[in-house]
Amino acid sequence: MINCIYQLTSPGKINLKFEDVNFKGKVIVKPRYMSICHADQRYYRGRRSREVLKKKLPMALIHECCGEVLEDYSNTFSVGSKVVLIPNVLSDVHQEGIFENYQKGSGFRSSGIDGFMQEIVAMDSNRLVPFNDYYGNEKVFAITEMISVAVHAVERFISNSHEKKERIAVFGDGNLGFLVSLVLKRTLPNSKIVVIGRHEEKLAHFSFADQTFVDIPENFEFDHSFECTGGAGCSDAVDKIIKFINPQGTVVLLGVSEEKVPINTRNILEKGLTFVGASRSGFNDFVNAVKFLEEEKFNRRVCNLISVGSKVNFIDDIHKVFEEVLNVPFKLVFEWNM
Amino acid sequence: MIFAGIVAGGMGSRFGSDIPKQFLKLGNKPIVVHTVEKFLLYSKFDAIFIGVNENWIPYAQDLFKTYGINSEKIFFSKGGKDRNLTIMSIIDDIEGKFGKSDDNIIVTHDAVRPFVTLRIIGENVEAAKLYGACDTVVNSNDTIVESDVERKEIRSVPNRKYMFLGQTPQSFNMSKLKIFFNNLSESQKSELTDACKIFTLNNQKVHLVMGEFSNFKITTMSDYKIANSLLEIKFD
Repeated sequence: MINCIYQLTSPGKINLKFEDVNFKGKVIVKPRYMSICHADQRYYRGRRSREVLKKKLPMALIHECCGEVLEDYSNTFSVGSKVVLIPNVLSDVHQEGIFENYQKGSGFRSSGIDGFMQEIVAMDSNRLVPFNDYYGNEKVFAITEMISVAVHAVERFISNSHEKKERIAVFGDGNLGFLVSLVLKRTLPNSKIVVIGRHEEKLAHFSFADQTFVDIPENFEFDHSFECTGGAGCSDAVDKIIKFINPQGTVVLLGVSEEKVPINTRNILEKGLTFVGASRSGFNDFVNAVKFLEEEKFNRRVCNLISVGSKVNFIDDIHKVFEEVLNVPFKLVFEWNM
Repeated sequence: MIFAGIVAGGMGSRFGSDIPKQFLKLGNKPIVVHTVEKFLLYSKFDAIFIGVNENWIPYAQDLFKTYGINSEKIFFSKGGKDRNLTIMSIIDDIEGKFGKSDDNIIVTHDAVRPFVTLRIIGENVEAAKLYGACDTVVNSNDTIVESDVERKEIRSVPNRKYMFLGQTPQSFNMSKLKIFFNNLSESQKSELTDACKIFTLNNQKVHLVMGEFSNFKITTMSDYKIANSLLEIKFD
């Protein structure tokens, strides 16, 4: 079967590649809605090192996607099923006790392996999670991957923290900060969720949070914290977390930074803090993220995070959505019709 | 109901090959198999009819079996003397098997355009439903000139803005296509190179669907070489 793959060949350049796909035992999925992540933008705009670009390109971008089953040679799904596509490619060797997203030898689409910017994608059946679009918001399932990252981080937090969880602080008022706060509120309804950000107008979207701050009051304290800033804001956020957190608290680090971040280890030792790194997610996290999105309140809240971009019919439209994403406050989702 | 009519009646005379070009391998599979595989993915088709010269029907059936394509949606029709007669033969078979209906849609496509995409197929179906007829086209990047009958001098240079290059699929309301075809005189029929002209000769509008330059027709040996070089084969 001939498939069209839309690859980034160098920053800002998309080329069409044809591939003869072997579909034996695979599920053929048509991508329907996609979302652009910061990592995709870094590749598209050439904000990765020359070595990285040379190693990973050409490559199709996008790892946040939902689609429709066109044909199933594994006899798992019925034709027409709506599914979320999991971008993790499993390692050949399973390491017991290690989550699939941290296993050595595992891969990730749009990071060295072609992402979902393809006409069809031949998927293994265990890399798909079916969903029901109860509220007519199919496009919201395009960002399931990002929700699953929040779900995974919260699970890592619960298994690596002490029982007292009266107040949890989330640093970051972007997409990840929003979704982590929302998943925390959904998972730990008795905890107070506090969000610390830099933009009043963005924090106004966090209506479900118990408190939001731009400036943290002097004697403020919390039991645990999530760092969801990444980039240049990472260092300052970690510094504040160490300052305000109660002893033996757990800090989950989620923000990606290209630069190394200096950390006040003295106070980490003094307070006996636990730092947990969380990145990406696995099958069970996707299943739980889909469950949340099938709940009306959660679904509608996430829907408000989304701006709808142009429908992509031609290669020129791909460039258009990469421009549009610069002007949206949170997530850009677009329909894929290639 | 929605049907596909894949025109695979060519005998390879322009190609210089013993085997008609639609049966030659592109990568790992014959060209026509690639084309039909793409049509099979479009789930709204009730059936896919492949029009093949009758002497090549058993061969084509063997090919699909060899490559594991055993969908119950696939049927073979006898090809006619030319492209439009092959389409009419396919329509006769569709109506024989599924009955007549004024709402039936047929998406006709050249077997030797294997790089067709699901978008193009989907937009053809929608346009045929809405407008009764549509043609797939791409912009003409080169200027088109019309010559005199001796083909020696320019007669006109049409504005490039309104010039397009025709591809397939071409999709139609099936009963209208049949009526309009039968309205034509024998001389008009003999000059047809294209099914959309059946509509325009009957003063009917034909909607345009944007195609892709990659949806080219494999006509010559150099087209065939280009097609093979475009296709990467993935080994699992």
